[in-house]
Amino acid sequence: MNRLQSALTSLVLLMPMSTTVGAADYVIDTKGAHAFIQFSIKHLGYSWLVGRFNTFSGEFSYEEKKPEAARVSVTIDTASIDSNHAERDKHLRDEEFLDVDRFPEARFVSTSYRDLGDNRGELEGELTLHGVTRPITIAVTHIGAGQDPWGGYRRGFEGRVTLALADYGIKRNLGPASKEVNLWLGIEGIRNKPKGTKKP
Amino acid sequence: MIWRNTHHRYGTVQLTLHWLTALMVAILIPLGLWMTGLDYYDPWYRKAPDLHRSIGVLLTGLLVLRLYWRISQLQPDPAGGAAWQRTAAIATHRLLYLVPFLSAISGYLISTADGRSVDVFGWFEIPATLTGIERQEDIAGDIHFALAMLLLGLVVTHVTAALHHHFVMRDGLLWRMFPFRNQEAQKGEN
Repeated sequence: MNRLQSALTSLVLLMPMSTTVGAADYVIDTKGAHAFIQFSIKHLGYSWLVGRFNTFSGEFSYEEKKPEAARVSVTIDTASIDSNHAERDKHLRDEEFLDVDRFPEARFVSTSYRDLGDNRGELEGELTLHGVTRPITIAVTHIGAGQDPWGGYRRGFEGRVTLALADYGIKRNLGPASKEVNLWLGIEGIRNKPKGTKKP
Repeated sequence: MIWRNTHHRYGTVQLTLHWLTALMVAILIPLGLWMTGLDYYDPWYRKAPDLHRSIGVLLTGLLVLRLYWRISQLQPDPAGGAAWQRTAAIATHRLLYLVPFLSAISGYLISTADGRSVDVFGWFEIPATLTGIERQEDIAGDIHFALAMLLLGLVVTHVTAALHHHFVMRDGLLWRMFPFRNQEAQKGEN
C-alpha cells in the first residue's frame, strides 16, 4: 500500500512538470495527414522506387527565439509500409527486411538541433530501426509557421536523411545501387493550446 | 476405356482429374516454398511466382470440375477396414477436396490485395474482388502457408493409407486409381 501511495504521489508530482514544457509543443498532424514519411531507394540502379509509412505519430517543440532548444520525437508503425504493391509490401514486412512482427515500431528521438541560419538546420538524434539504434543527422529546412484558417497555429519542416540498410541489420541483397535508402520527411505540427483553454 | 466410374474402379475422367490434381499440387507446394527464398537477382525471381500463380488458377478450375464429377457420379464401393479407418478415409478425402480450394482462395487474396489482377500464363487475367483489408496480403499469406502445410500432411496421410492398402492389406485397392492392370484389380477385389 505504501509503495502504491508513493508511486501515485510521484506521478502527481511529475504531471505538472511534463505540462510546463507544453507551451511551445506541437503535435504532428497525422490525423489530418499533413505529415509524410516517404522513402526512396534505387531499383537495380535504373530508377527510383518510392514508398511511405502510413501510420506514425510524434511531436516537436520549437521556439523561434531559441531554435537550439528544439526537440522532436516520432514513432513509426513499421507494418504500415506502403509501396503501392501488396506482394512487395508483404515482402518488406517479413524477416528479410523490416521484420515487423519482431520490430513493430521504429523511433526517432532528437538529441540536439543546430540552427544554420537561412531557415536551415541540423537535427541530431537516435533512430531505432529493425531493433538497431544509431545516431543520425537529419538535414532540416524550416518551411513556415503561422495561424491556420481554423483557429489553430501550425509550423512545418522538411527533413532529409540517407540510411545504409546494412547499418540497421537489413542484409538482404538488392544490388550494389540499392544499399542506401533516402528518407524524406514532411512534418507539420499543430501547436498545443495554452494551458487553461479547452482542447478543440 | 471406361469413362465413368464403376462399383469396382474409377473411370478415366475421375482418374485423369485425380492425377492432374496430384501433379499440380506436387509442383505448387515445392515451387511455393522455393520461390519465396530466391535471391532478388535470381533469373527465377519473377518467373517462379508467375508460374505458381498461373498453375494455381488452373488447379482451381480443375477442382471445380473435379468436385462436380465427384458429386454427380457413382463412386466405387468403399474400401474395407476398421470403422475408424473408414471414418478417417472419408474425412481425409473431404479435406483433400476442401483444403486446395481454400488454399487457392487465400493465395489469390495475396496477389489481388491491392486490386491487381492475376495473370495466367499471359492467356487471361483473373480480376481482384476482395481488396483493401488492413494487411490483407499478410493475413492471406499466413493462411495460405498454413493450408499448404495442412495439405502436405493430408497428402502424406492419403499416400500412406494407399500404400497400406497395397502392401499390408493387399486388397488391390490401389489399382482402382491406375489406368492399367484392370485384370489384377478385378481379381484383387474378388
